Amino acid sequence: MKITVTVNGQDHERDVEPRLLLVHFLRDDLGLTGTHWGCDTSNCGVCAVWLDDVPVKSCTVLAVMADGKTVRTVEDLERDGELDPVQKGFSECHGLQCGFCTPGMLMTSRWLLDTNPDPSDEEIRVAISGQLCRCTGYENIVRSVRWAAEHPAVQNTSEPDVTV
Amino acid sequence: MTETPQHHGFGSMRRKEDARFIRGRGTFVDDIKLPGMLHGAILHSPHAHARILSVDTGAAEAHPKVKAVITGEVLAAMGLAWMPTLSGDVQAVLATDKVRFQGQEVAFVIAEDHYSARDAIELINVEYDALPVVSDARTAMDEEAPVIRDDLEGRTDNHIFDWEAGDRARTDEVFAGADVVLSQDMLYPRVHPAPLETCGIVADMDKVTGKLTVWATTQAPHAHRTLYALVTGLPEHKIRVISPDIGGGFGNKVGIYPGYVCSIVGSIVTGKPVKWMEDRSENLMTTSFARDYHMSGSIAATRDGKVLGVRVTTLADHGAFNGTAQPTKFPAGFFHVFTGSYDMQAAHCEVTGVYTNKAPGGVAYACSFRITEAVYLVERLIDLLAAELDVDPAELRLKNLLQPEQFPYTCATGWEYDSGDYATTLRLALDMAGYDALRKEQAEKRARGELMGIGISFFTEAVGAGPRKHMDIMGLGMADGAELRVHPTGKAVLRISVQSQGQGHETTFAQIVAEELGIPADDVEVVHGDTDQTPFGLGTYGSRSTPVSGAATAVVTRKVRERARLVAGAMLEADPGDLEWDAGRWFVRGDRTSGVTIQQIAMAAHGDLELPEGVEGHLDATTVYNPPNLTFPYGAYICVVDVDAGTGKVSVQRFIAVDDCGVRINPMIVEGQVHGGLADGIGMALMQVMAFDEQGNHLGASFMDYLLPTSMECPSWELGATVTPSPHHPLGAKGVGESATVGSPAAVVNAVVDALKPYGVRHADMPLTPANVWRTIQGSPFRTDLAIT
Repeated sequence: MKITVTVNGQDHERDVEPRLLLVHFLRDDLGLTGTHWGCDTSNCGVCAVWLDDVPVKSCTVLAVMADGKTVRTVEDLERDGELDPVQKGFSECHGLQCGFCTPGMLMTSRWLLDTNPDPSDEEIRVAISGQLCRCTGYENIVRSVRWAAEHPAVQNTSEPDVTV
Repeated sequence: MTETPQHHGFGSMRRKEDARFIRGRGTFVDDIKLPGMLHGAILHSPHAHARILSVDTGAAEAHPKVKAVITGEVLAAMGLAWMPTLSGDVQAVLATDKVRFQGQEVAFVIAEDHYSARDAIELINVEYDALPVVSDARTAMDEEAPVIRDDLEGRTDNHIFDWEAGDRARTDEVFAGADVVLSQDMLYPRVHPAPLETCGIVADMDKVTGKLTVWATTQAPHAHRTLYALVTGLPEHKIRVISPDIGGGFGNKVGIYPGYVCSIVGSIVTGKPVKWMEDRSENLMTTSFARDYHMSGSIAATRDGKVLGVRVTTLADHGAFNGTAQPTKFPAGFFHVFTGSYDMQAAHCEVTGVYTNKAPGGVAYACSFRITEAVYLVERLIDLLAAELDVDPAELRLKNLLQPEQFPYTCATGWEYDSGDYATTLRLALDMAGYDALRKEQAEKRARGELMGIGISFFTEAVGAGPRKHMDIMGLGMADGAELRVHPTGKAVLRISVQSQGQGHETTFAQIVAEELGIPADDVEVVHGDTDQTPFGLGTYGSRSTPVSGAATAVVTRKVRERARLVAGAMLEADPGDLEWDAGRWFVRGDRTSGVTIQQIAMAAHGDLELPEGVEGHLDATTVYNPPNLTFPYGAYICVVDVDAGTGKVSVQRFIAVDDCGVRINPMIVEGQVHGGLADGIGMALMQVMAFDEQGNHLGASFMDYLLPTSMECPSWELGATVTPSPHHPLGAKGVGESATVGSPAAVVNAVVDALKPYGVRHADMPLTPANVWRTIQGSPFRTDLAIT
């Protein structure tokens, strides 16, 4: 089937099998490997992207369902060389270890802060509750999102901070 | 006065590796795409035990996008149908005679794309003759049990090994003379590490150069290279194993799996690169599981609460092939460190390993080679003793913990603990928890009919594998190499043999060089995970990176520093013996104004400075570190739970964790490691289990059934630290990666059992799911490892 999907602001026209999953379309057809795949059952959420500005698990969306729609992935968070506050927050607060769940967590976090700029810890936990992380025990992810909420327009600093 | 270079050593520092991950620019195995790359898929057995009558691959081979179909028969012709395991057994790569667990690998299809490969495995027709199944280890040695491993000559039962440690006679004597002896059967159920990235490989055999390049999800790239050479006969210098970014390991990615071997064969057969990535069910059903220990433990004590000894008889379910991916010389790993943190007169353990119709494995999931089971056993026994004697479990522990002056301490089963100040750590945890107030709150709640529990666990770990007398991998010793190059401008490249799956090596190891060489950590590039680019070593698991490779890094950096001293001597026209070192510079003793920085020395070492005889120039150095002993980190954990008596639901309200892992190189990273392990503990104690039914059907084959903790089950962790350096590690550091996974399950279970005290509950097996807790309250708990009845 011929589809046109706007991914990160760019139109992509492709002829795809009807059964192709959106996550595979993004990764294999478009080469956007920032979005990961982790389970077959919509439980882990490492494949979370935005579909028409709402987070979805892209392993549970067919590529053809994205026809005529917009998709935003982790690759679009940094703009004009400026990291999104959630990206900075995850780095500042050690919100990632292996980095595999990170893109999905970042996309949900950005959506949360767009819809609720000052979430409580509980609201952050609820927002990411459909996504698994095996490394962090979630604590530092919550802190990272809080950091981002508190630093909506902080300038990027490339030097590492020593915060002993 | 010469300016002192900026000192960037130990301390919390943002991770260098984050820059790529937060941009979605990590390179995981599945992100690798090579020209002409083909895709593999595995056909798995639906039966747990069945004879294979025929395998018809005709239709699959006729699929227009299929390039090859590999069966056990094809591999047998190449001598590769079976591969050695890390425990002295053999494992089928692709089944030839029988399938022995549900999900066992039967055929491998290679196609142009992933979807076609999956389509084609559906076209393979396998005729099976189903056989009786052993799905409960406790029936494996029954006379009527079918013999699973009839491939092994002379095999007439499912027995793998009997093994014991400690002094049986002395332990019997101690138990006979004890005022109190308590016994409890307990199950540490089968669980799976379930990293979010499944296992996978891209194998690329270049027939022109004869070089095999493998990108794989491996925690031990060097060990894999050597094993591939030994198994396939390919020359080792023509094998390059690259472990790129790895999406979590936790022990799941130590072993070599059939899919890896099939992909390598597939690349040789097709002449193209072949990628194979597991799906989630394949990961959960076939790759290294953990635990599955059926333990009968006993503790002996005096009436006033002095613990005298422990003993345990264990039935170990090893699955269909004895494939525990562990390097110790003991079939039960380090299980015999089960005297834990207490001073005891005697201990004895017996372990019997059996085959069952389940996937192979047993050692994985941050267990420090069975110390998880050992800690759980002794910490449950201590709590049972406290309940029996009606003393507070904290008080009982304080009475029996090893004292600082007893270190180095040799336990009743022979392990030499390096250092510890246990009571200080437990007291800090009790203070942080507000223990007395918690007990008061609990009493008030009980009076109101509410169920609140407080659980303590005090664990001692043994990590940093390890000394050659205790461990090896198929004859390979567990030393780690390190190589440090210092470029003319004073920037450094460190090459290490261990490999990160999220532990932050690129930061921590740069910080070690920074600390020892006095240059900023940002000036140190850490290279790892590529056997062509790094020195030999055994990899990252068992919390061994900092204890072994971290030590290697410190030693090699000190070598560089000594080489720099000789050059500095020439620069300063002084006797090198008269020089002193201070954070990045050598200076003539007593004259701080005369020093030269390491950057100046590096340039001179590469420049035209006339060097004294015998000084080579340059500053590069290499080393190999053989750990003299394991390191013994420890910690005190306190868990507070509420239990809903109506539903059996457990809610973790608080979790206090005080860890002592010696000197902390990057405390932020250490705390992150602990956080993750604590979540694991909650998962294992409350949710995670791989149960089987009578036919050997796997009941936890997806994340719908194998439940992992989310942000909603995890509380906000409360962490504390004490620092007792390891006396034998060059930095005083100990490993920490698995501490929380090892230590925390017992705290959660102790808390739940404590909450259920009003019902007279002494013990309940993990996982303490609502159904299990509710049934326990009703007095009819069930076997959590079998289908619920």
